[in-house]
Amino acid sequence: METCPSVKNILLLDSEGKRIAVKYYSDDWPTNNAKEAFEKAVFNKTQKTNARTEAEITMLENNILVYKFVQDLYFYVTGGEDENEIILAAVLQGFFDAVGILLRGNVDKREALENLDLILLCIDEIVDGGIILETDANSIATKVASNSVDAGAPLSEQTISQALATAREHLARSLLK
Amino acid sequence: MTSKVIIVTSSLMKDMNSRTDMYRANAIRVLCRITDGTLLTQIERYLKQAIVDKNPVVASAALVSGIHLLQTNPEIVKRWSNEVQEAVQSRAALVQFHALALLHQIRQNDRLAVSKLVTSLTKGTVRSPLAQCLLIRYTSQVIRESGVNTQSGDRPFYDYLEGCLRHKAEMVIFEAARAITELSGVTTRELTPAITVLQLFLSSSKPVLRFAAVRTLNKVAMSHPMAVTNCNIDMESLISDQNRSIATLAITTLLKTGNESSVDRLMKQITNFMSDIADEFKIVVVEAIRSLCLKFPLKYRSLMNFLSNILREEGGFEYKKAIVDSIVILIRDIPDAKESGLLHLCEFIEDCEFTYLSTQILHFLGNEGPKTSDPSKYIRYIYNRVILENATVRASAVSTLAKFGAMIDSLKPRIFILLRRCLFDNDDEVRDRATLYLNTLGGDGSVVETDKDVKEFLFGSLDIPLTNMETSLKNYIQNPSEEPFEINSVPREVKSQPLAEKKAPGKKPTGLGTPLTGPTPVGDTYERLLSSIPEFASFGKLFKSSGPVELTEAETEYAVNVIKHIFDRHVVFQYNCSNTIPEQLLENVFVIVDASEAEEFSEVGSKPLKTLPYDTPGQTFVAFEKPEGFPSVGKFSNVLRFAVKEVDPSTGEAEDDGVEDEYQLEDFEVVAADYMVKVGVSNFRNAWESMGPDFERIDEYGLGPRESLAESVNAVISLLGMQPCEGTEVVPSNSRSHSCLLSGVYIGNVKVLVRLSFGIDASKEVAMKLAVRSEDENVSDAIHVIVAGG
Repeated sequence: METCPSVKNILLLDSEGKRIAVKYYSDDWPTNNAKEAFEKAVFNKTQKTNARTEAEITMLENNILVYKFVQDLYFYVTGGEDENEIILAAVLQGFFDAVGILLRGNVDKREALENLDLILLCIDEIVDGGIILETDANSIATKVASNSVDAGAPLSEQTISQALATAREHLARSLLK
Repeated sequence: MTSKVIIVTSSLMKDMNSRTDMYRANAIRVLCRITDGTLLTQIERYLKQAIVDKNPVVASAALVSGIHLLQTNPEIVKRWSNEVQEAVQSRAALVQFHALALLHQIRQNDRLAVSKLVTSLTKGTVRSPLAQCLLIRYTSQVIRESGVNTQSGDRPFYDYLEGCLRHKAEMVIFEAARAITELSGVTTRELTPAITVLQLFLSSSKPVLRFAAVRTLNKVAMSHPMAVTNCNIDMESLISDQNRSIATLAITTLLKTGNESSVDRLMKQITNFMSDIADEFKIVVVEAIRSLCLKFPLKYRSLMNFLSNILREEGGFEYKKAIVDSIVILIRDIPDAKESGLLHLCEFIEDCEFTYLSTQILHFLGNEGPKTSDPSKYIRYIYNRVILENATVRASAVSTLAKFGAMIDSLKPRIFILLRRCLFDNDDEVRDRATLYLNTLGGDGSVVETDKDVKEFLFGSLDIPLTNMETSLKNYIQNPSEEPFEINSVPREVKSQPLAEKKAPGKKPTGLGTPLTGPTPVGDTYERLLSSIPEFASFGKLFKSSGPVELTEAETEYAVNVIKHIFDRHVVFQYNCSNTIPEQLLENVFVIVDASEAEEFSEVGSKPLKTLPYDTPGQTFVAFEKPEGFPSVGKFSNVLRFAVKEVDPSTGEAEDDGVEDEYQLEDFEVVAADYMVKVGVSNFRNAWESMGPDFERIDEYGLGPRESLAESVNAVISLLGMQPCEGTEVVPSNSRSHSCLLSGVYIGNVKVLVRLSFGIDASKEVAMKLAVRSEDENVSDAIHVIVAGG
């Protein structure tokens, strides 16, 4: 139907399928048990595949699932079965790259847990109530950086412009890799 | 509590005007989440400003919040149209995207406005791929709603969609390709550019693109297989794709688009592939192979071999069941495949771990085996089951042997020897069955013609619902009688829950506790209820009870519905009454029925309801006589009469004096469909053939102009009150003709089968051909009378 492209959930799991940061935008999983069951199913279905070079895609329970893995972090984005798969992949890529920028290139579970606030803000700036807000990783990272006024967050030890400079640096580095 | 809320909201409102853009954006998002109508009107001003703010993050936040708010406060959001319109022209990419989404939602009920929006934007600049995708979706909507106009050259906006196929962003290209494939009534010429683009995606390095393309092509292949054949080569290479979902989709698409010559090659590739994939994918492939075989019946040999090979391999129950079902369907529909198919199944049951499948196959063998050219070769397989398997399979095998014996007289002596050996089995059921069959087939094992009744017994189906049978048998055991149990006495109607779940409509929610129909809500316990009433006990067998028909609106003081019980010469109306007023107690409740518009009926008795307290439903009955065996129809008006006493709600005691009162109820009708019981048959063709054409009546009717084919079909089905078989009540949309198969049992226990053919032309005139077969010519005539009058 003619609806805005929408995302059902964004998940960040570890290498054992346990939650690091998740956000659901749909009523398909009303209870926490349902959500955990879904995460378990997702992990079981995808853990044996290799989604490290390119984003992979599959279907689960009438939903489309795009996902990408790095180190011990597993990124998932879910949409309805009639959704444009490439749009979902763009959301996934934006999320993936933004996390890369925010964690300054050290994308693994420990860094993610230590910077959980950044990750959560990041997810929040990508999708609002299912509607896509932004898919460009730089813009997402900028928004998160200007949001985090926490003493503990590494990026806010610098001023905003310095944080942006660091982000640009990282991006350049990752392009050269 | 409210003071804390005000603190939060005022802080947020302050943030909404902060100098820092991010604070403004996120404050807007949060506020719109927690707002209610009044707060919203206060901040509306700020939101409108935010929509046209220079900072794109702020504008997007406001617009997205607007989209969410449209669900709860649409009138308020609609007032922002002008600002949203301005935002659509914004230079910031995503602002245009969000504004477009919101504007479309605001205007979506106005077809003209959407059309104008699409027209202006397709000519203007669209600044982000996401907005472009949205525009493609809206364009498709406009095309769809502008009606089928393909005779006059290209569709409107088709050029725009085709242009998008050359966009830079992959998501736009894909969205456009998908939109083109989903156009209704799309032609091959229109499809070609889209399919070319999708074909390129098939060889992309990105799994997401390959998946998206192959999934779309799979859907296209269902309706336009010829258009997809160009992609076959690319798809064949996808069979070995690492991503198993992609590989399975590729295979199923190839199975749909393959032609006869490629079938063999495909089968070879698939055989290697099957061992790699999981059961759920395998089932999909098996079903695709089944459709392929039905499409190319000449290729049955290689496909059947393939199916039997995979049947031999490891697999779960669902998977093996799917394969067995496919083989059974092939045997049924391709006569040449029968012998090899049956043999494959026999080999399978030699080693089958699933009792359910073994018994199904044995049953099927029993029905089909005797009709083959050399039935005796199956006997060995069947008898081996009797020796080797568990009790359930052994019992099933015994029944199968009996069927062979019944149908093939020359084999009878040998079957008898085998059956006699079964008399020494360990299990009761096996011994009992063996004894039963030995006796019914004629005890001496000579080569004689089997009785017709015996064949009917062995091969006929039990068309009585088992729950009703169980209840009737229980009744019979509890009330022993001189006469033997009569299977025709079991009512055939299956009453599903509506009674137990039916809630008494009423003012007080507590009144919803007890179901409306009183003590015995299920199925044929109506029979017990009615026979316990001496006045009605002489009416004989209950033929059918209708569902409850409401005679009062919801939320009234007294809720009444009626159930029509049809007997041979009588009808009994059971009025289920419920009193929803705690301060009242009704006594001596009965119904005055005016049957002046139902001439063939005459009232013969009634049974009033002594008391009807609050929240306890009760029944009162009125009985009418009518001509025997005749489907009389008529309209009945009803008035509820009673004496009402005031009740003190606190003590529950009633006054002594009652006041006579009456309450008008709605009318109801007895119609022809009330005399028909819905009884389905599993194989309509067999039943039609065995019914015979002796009492067949065929006629044609013009139904005049109708809303749609589906509406006419449903109208006739409900007029006749018969059960649609084999899913033929579903009319595919846009079809010009439809065939419907109905079955039922008419009063007098006459089986009736009906074949309907419908046709609708461009001016929506519907014509119908009705063919009736039944066991009684009067009934066949009666069916036509019903349709002619309806």
